[in-house]
Amino acid sequence: MSGKVIVLFLGPLGDLAGAESAEFDAPLDWKGLLDAVDPAVTEQLQLDRVNVACAGKVLGDKTTLQANAGDEIALLPPVSGG
Amino acid sequence: MRDVRLLDQPFNPGALIGPFTNANPGLGGVCTFVGEVRGGNGIEALELTHYEPLTLSGMNELADDAYARFDLMGLLMVHRAGLMHPGEPIVCVSAASKHRRDAINAVDFCMDHLKSAAWFWKREKRGDGWHWIEPREEDYSDRDRWSD
Repeated sequence: MSGKVIVLFLGPLGDLAGAESAEFDAPLDWKGLLDAVDPAVTEQLQLDRVNVACAGKVLGDKTTLQANAGDEIALLPPVSGG
Repeated sequence: MRDVRLLDQPFNPGALIGPFTNANPGLGGVCTFVGEVRGGNGIEALELTHYEPLTLSGMNELADDAYARFDLMGLLMVHRAGLMHPGEPIVCVSAASKHRRDAINAVDFCMDHLKSAAWFWKREKRGDGWHWIEPREEDYSDRDRWSD
């Protein structure tokens, strides 16, 4: 998977994206992510309630996203457990 | 005794609580909450998805927070993922302590955070298909009771 990042659409974001995951060229920053995904997902990503994890860590400020080749980005909508 | 588990198969809370209680000799009280898939409203099934790299580590951090906040002897925290049917357990939290208040509050604290701050997404299957379950306002306000 050299040269690519994988983006996972968790929960309801998968329905909006029409897939559970997608691959994009690395590197990928916040602006690149917003441009790469389906507009319906882009809209959600801009809401505070949607978190972003990269390489297994939730980003405190998702706009600092800087994903390199082989990294997994997870888009995390509001959770509901229990 | 601390036991934090994420399971993808059905479990029997009763079979876990007895051994958990026995593993904390000298306790003064045990409080247990079991959450099950609610029946009625045409609910046929419930599916919980999660994000592997974060879910169990997040549950362990929550257990750390509970230990830091309450005087606990033991904590059992078990959460299901995958497909479930009405009547099946989703979650079990049990806390053992010297005095009741720590056990009761620790369970309440863990459940409030599992509902709206753990990495799970829930959807229900009804007659007309699957529906994602959004967290309710009460879920957030319940959790906010614990913020200092």
